[in-house]
Amino acid sequence: MRRSWVRQLPVNVAAVVVLVATVFPVYWMVVTAFKPTTDINAATPQLLPLHPTLGHFRDAIGVDGFWRYWRNSALVSVSAVVLALVIGLMSAFAVARMRWRGRKGFVLMVFIAQMAPWEALLIPMFIIARDVGMLDKLSMLTLIYFVATLPFTIVTLRGFLAAVPPELEEAAQLDGASRFEAFRRIVFPLLAPGLMSTSLFGFITAWNEFAFANALIIKDQGNRTLPVWLSSFSNVFGTDWGATMAASTLFMLPVLAIFLVLQRRVTGGIVAGAVKG
Amino acid sequence: MLTDAPPRPRPAAARTARQSRRAPRVAGAWPYLLVLPTVAGVVLLLVYPLVRSLVISVQHFRIGELIRGGAPFVGLDNYRELVGSAEFWQVIARTLVWTVVNVVLIMVISTAVALMLARLGRRMRLAVMSGLVLAWAVPVLAATTVFQWLFQSRLGVVNWLLTSVGLDQFEGFAWFADGAATFTILVVLVVWQSVPFAALTLYAGLTTVPDELFESARIDGANARQTFRLVTFPMLRPLFGLITSLEIIWVFKCFAQIWAVSQGGPSGATTTLPVYAFQVAQSLHKYDLGAAISTFTVVLLLVVLVPHLRHLYRNEGAQA
Repeated sequence: MRRSWVRQLPVNVAAVVVLVATVFPVYWMVVTAFKPTTDINAATPQLLPLHPTLGHFRDAIGVDGFWRYWRNSALVSVSAVVLALVIGLMSAFAVARMRWRGRKGFVLMVFIAQMAPWEALLIPMFIIARDVGMLDKLSMLTLIYFVATLPFTIVTLRGFLAAVPPELEEAAQLDGASRFEAFRRIVFPLLAPGLMSTSLFGFITAWNEFAFANALIIKDQGNRTLPVWLSSFSNVFGTDWGATMAASTLFMLPVLAIFLVLQRRVTGGIVAGAVKG
Repeated sequence: MLTDAPPRPRPAAARTARQSRRAPRVAGAWPYLLVLPTVAGVVLLLVYPLVRSLVISVQHFRIGELIRGGAPFVGLDNYRELVGSAEFWQVIARTLVWTVVNVVLIMVISTAVALMLARLGRRMRLAVMSGLVLAWAVPVLAATTVFQWLFQSRLGVVNWLLTSVGLDQFEGFAWFADGAATFTILVVLVVWQSVPFAALTLYAGLTTVPDELFESARIDGANARQTFRLVTFPMLRPLFGLITSLEIIWVFKCFAQIWAVSQGGPSGATTTLPVYAFQVAQSLHKYDLGAAISTFTVVLLLVVLVPHLRHLYRNEGAQA
């Protein structure tokens, strides 16, 4: 089909509108972070950072506790993901490679857990954490994020496992390797890309989580995570929008890096995986 | 709507042969040991809190009981109190409006964007898709912060834009002091965050529709609208249903954006069901009422979820 320039014009105009609408907020965040305060406060907003400065980033990082919150967030997210990966892989293996009574029921449980109404559990979770003395503890958040990302981890890892032909393991076992050995030497290397993308998506979920971090870390402010800290930016920075945007940009950076790593999978594989369930 | 595909008949012999090839029989306790940690985690951190929430919702559980313990059972009193309060029904109505407005906007815009992507040239399409992925990658809390900056009364770029096209009433307009305005901003924010996933998924689905179908529709003289109604939409209907139900769930239980931007205010204008439950429990220390509200949330979610789960489980049955 030949597409004439004139016929394509409306759709290209629409594309530009969509592009501007999706990108502008992100652009404005980054640009504001790089602008000196006098330019931010100018009566007419400047579309370009004419006098770029790193001052706001210095302010954001210099604020009491920034690194601590950054470290808390990273610690909680990484621990949750590692836990989910190890335990999820065990379950995924049992589901994909073994036959046992209750397997179907287990898979159904995982599907239901994947759709769990976490937002409705804030209150009981607060009371349980209080009862067992885990209020204000990062370990409580880690456990919640672990269980929240576990079902997704099992479902995707099972998909990746199913893609590895069992004949490979059987051949290794015929050659005298134990079942565990066969898994470690044959399946695990083939699974590495799957483990990588699964864990990165789990990391993003935990890194972004706000509701539980907000509800369960109350008294011990030193144990807050970045999203909660960022939500109270007006207490921290007042009306210093440059520093606020710099902090937001720093918060976004790890996620953006992960999206770039997963670029192909984001638009292809994971979408297909999500649709497949 | 999620349509359930009719079960395909399959010869029993072929089926068992395929099964035994894919999943060799293993005797003993190994599979149970392997899934034990998962089951333990789900029971302790998902099932138990849900049960605990149900129990609290039939108790008198306020700040005193939180500290001392020994909450007495009061039957359905909390539910009665909720159903009898005008505020609760206001919140329910607002939650429905919130969900419908957001989901309709998300689905219409996403479909339009997906169809647009399919018609674009290669380079432009790549640019728009990159933009969508970028917006998708923005963490929720970073996005809420940015939107608060965009809609600032004095220096916000939105007010500047609206004033410079002649809408002088927006000069210094305080968006976050007005209920309807805050609601609007939250809708714009949630739609902005949700469209990338929905549009990219729908576009991915569109690319799987065979070109021959569009070709024959064109030869038969169908116009763009007819092609969409008679070819594209029927082909994408299962995917469409899946995304719609996912978006309903996500929008309905949306909490972080609302809490971070307005905490349900100003004067309750953005209090949806999950926000209401948290407010009642954390600010008013009425944990019992909060738990009862959560029960409503779970039940309403279940109504949306059951067809989705059935669909997943059928697929599972077909796979095994």
